[in-house]
Amino acid sequence: MSDSQVVVHGAAEGAHHEHLPYQRHHFETYAQQSDATNFAMWLFLLTEVMFFGGLFTAYLIYRNWYYPAFVEASHQLDIRWGTANTAVLIISSFTMAMGVWSAEMKKKGALVFFLVLTFILGLAFLGIKTIEYKEKIEKNHVPGFHYSIQSFLNPSSDPEVHAKNPEDKPLPYDMARHTEIYFFLYFAMTGMHALHMIIGIAILGFMIFRARADAYTTGHVTFVENFGLYWHFVDIIWIYLFPLLYLISRH
Amino acid sequence: MSAATIVSLPDQSTARIPRMNFMSKEKGLLSWLLTGDHKRIAMLYLVSITFFFFIGGALAGLIRLELLTPQSDLMATDTYNKVFSMHGIIMIFFFLVPSVPATIGNFLIPIMIGAKDLALPKINLLSWYLYMAAGMLGLYAMATGGVDTGWTFTTPLSTHYLNTNVITTGLAIFIAGFSSIFTGLNFIVTIHKMRCPGMTWFRLPLFVWSNYAASILMVLGTPVLAITLVLVVLERTAGIGVFDPAKGGDPLLFQHLFWFYSHPAVYIMILPGMGVISETVSTFSRKRVFGYTAVAFSSVAIAVFGFFVWAHHMFIMGISNYSMLVFSLLTMLVAVPSAIKIFNWAFTLYKGSITFETPMLYSFGFMGLFTIGGLTGVFLASSGTDIHLTETYFIVAHFHFVMVGGMLMAFLAGVHFWWPKMTGRMYPEKISQLAALVTFIGFNFTFFPQFILGTLGMPRRYATYPPEFQVLNVFSTAGATILGVGYLLPILYLTWSLKYGEIAGDNPWRATGLEWQIQSPPLTENFPSIPIMDHEAYDYEWLEGQKENVASVG
Repeated sequence: MSDSQVVVHGAAEGAHHEHLPYQRHHFETYAQQSDATNFAMWLFLLTEVMFFGGLFTAYLIYRNWYYPAFVEASHQLDIRWGTANTAVLIISSFTMAMGVWSAEMKKKGALVFFLVLTFILGLAFLGIKTIEYKEKIEKNHVPGFHYSIQSFLNPSSDPEVHAKNPEDKPLPYDMARHTEIYFFLYFAMTGMHALHMIIGIAILGFMIFRARADAYTTGHVTFVENFGLYWHFVDIIWIYLFPLLYLISRH
Repeated sequence: MSAATIVSLPDQSTARIPRMNFMSKEKGLLSWLLTGDHKRIAMLYLVSITFFFFIGGALAGLIRLELLTPQSDLMATDTYNKVFSMHGIIMIFFFLVPSVPATIGNFLIPIMIGAKDLALPKINLLSWYLYMAAGMLGLYAMATGGVDTGWTFTTPLSTHYLNTNVITTGLAIFIAGFSSIFTGLNFIVTIHKMRCPGMTWFRLPLFVWSNYAASILMVLGTPVLAITLVLVVLERTAGIGVFDPAKGGDPLLFQHLFWFYSHPAVYIMILPGMGVISETVSTFSRKRVFGYTAVAFSSVAIAVFGFFVWAHHMFIMGISNYSMLVFSLLTMLVAVPSAIKIFNWAFTLYKGSITFETPMLYSFGFMGLFTIGGLTGVFLASSGTDIHLTETYFIVAHFHFVMVGGMLMAFLAGVHFWWPKMTGRMYPEKISQLAALVTFIGFNFTFFPQFILGTLGMPRRYATYPPEFQVLNVFSTAGATILGVGYLLPILYLTWSLKYGEIAGDNPWRATGLEWQIQSPPLTENFPSIPIMDHEAYDYEWLEGQKENVASVG
């Protein structure tokens, strides 16, 4: 047998595709490309679910074991800030969705406007989170070597929180020290969430820059769409975190 | 050895490597380091994982050398702890997990489904860079003092009691995890969205099915390992207490989270190897794989069951008797799809025209050794036996039968089987048959004695042991020497064959997969034009028909 190849037959003839400039060479059609990248993004979000899943599992177990500690520790969080942040994120999801819509409609001005708005709302969320973190640091509620359980052994030593939750009884030492686990989960979960926000905001900054250069208003909106999915996902994580961390005893 | 062979090579005096192929297209280091071509990335992976394999292998050599005598004389006991820990970490995270998928899978999956590339070439390259960054960080951790937690990072040992490079190594594994997530994600997207016209799910080669199943595990399991390692690092640096019983944390939670990944991880390691065996067994017995659908679904079944058996690693860690009962039963269930595969391969051989080329020899090795490894797994699944045998050399022998006797054999079978496709040249047949035989003999000498040592009660992870175990340990170390020779040989002759091997032609095995219908080495875009699949997988009659067509035209 010479070098003659066993013929790979039947080129997809007749299927003459218009190659749009943003179609990568290894895809047959642009539809296939955007389909594939969308699917990849959903899969990536699935890995994110599993990633946060580890923390949610830990939360579930420790909350069942140390419920009184979780209730009193959650009283240290300010519901007003939490609600405000929930509102900020939901609005930012709306502006992001509007951004995707503007890209699809090829409205450059609107796209930049909505991206900037989302960017600002993201920063606002982090700003509020910083205020909340700062308070925890001042009260030595950051788990680790300087953690203090004074507020739970003796609620009246913490008049501000005690005034809002007058029914809180002092916890016995053994339960009070388990508030540290609550605060660890609080910091780990909101911290991991904030990290995702920071990454999102950085990408948003990049996108604003690119959107001004007409990158997303040519009909190729996959990137904006997929980023939108990411942003909504981060939002949804918060929608779970808010009741789990702030509203434990308030049903 | 029978003289019969299916190898059909082109006339060596006129044959040439095709001038245009993926390796000759661009030259220079940068064209490799910035490539988006799945075949080049596969080659990069092949070189890198071989490098890590030999580091892990050298550490294994040190372990066996130390165990030659009952005392700890070659190295201090804490050095021994580091050596076996690094051996496990390197072999699992830097060799076995990426071994078949990232090399052979990366090279072949797009070709087998008739695509020009993986769906996300940049992510594919990124996964290699992450792998290399992780590997370098791992080596750095090893060079600056190592880690002695064992590959399992058991808390509170790893968080409170050891003063070695736990954080650096944990970070390295974290990064390697993302490399593996990206590979799996890319495979799933590619297999869903990039199949050529006519390539239905049940026309996919079984290699694709098994890599698909492994990818599901990578995508769903690895993130859990990632968050677990983050928690270990936080526990170590900040003392947050999540796994610390003194603060109300639960070390058992660590075990649950760790094994939720690390048990499926063994299926990440073995499933792609099973895919290789399906291909070789069919090709070298000239028959369609018996029970194609059953073999395809058994891969998925292994992936699904694999997620519900993790607690069998924890039978002695104080989980309740009821969960022991359930997990014991579920674990035994995994034996069913594994057995389906073995039986179907055996039936494929039945009345086939079997020939004994090197890939087939390795495949026979796989089938025998994996069966032993799998069956001893059933012993260990029964909680009563497990309590007696766990943490002994029985466990060590069990997972080495599966991972080394199974997966490594499959990896070598695959490398030999597709070597002509990847490089365009044949490996030398006689010496490689010898290497396969040496590997098989060396392997059995090394690990069979360990089953006996385990039942006699020799615990794992100690540098010293009572003198009555010495004879069997000497056997094991002697076997490891033979095994080492068996692994060095392929490196030598495969490198040699890159320049001096016979020209392989397109289809030296007369195999049916799409990858064999194109030139070797393939073009950068794989196919001159996108193929249309109009026959089932492993259809040897179709192949004969193709040859006649060509003959009548030419």
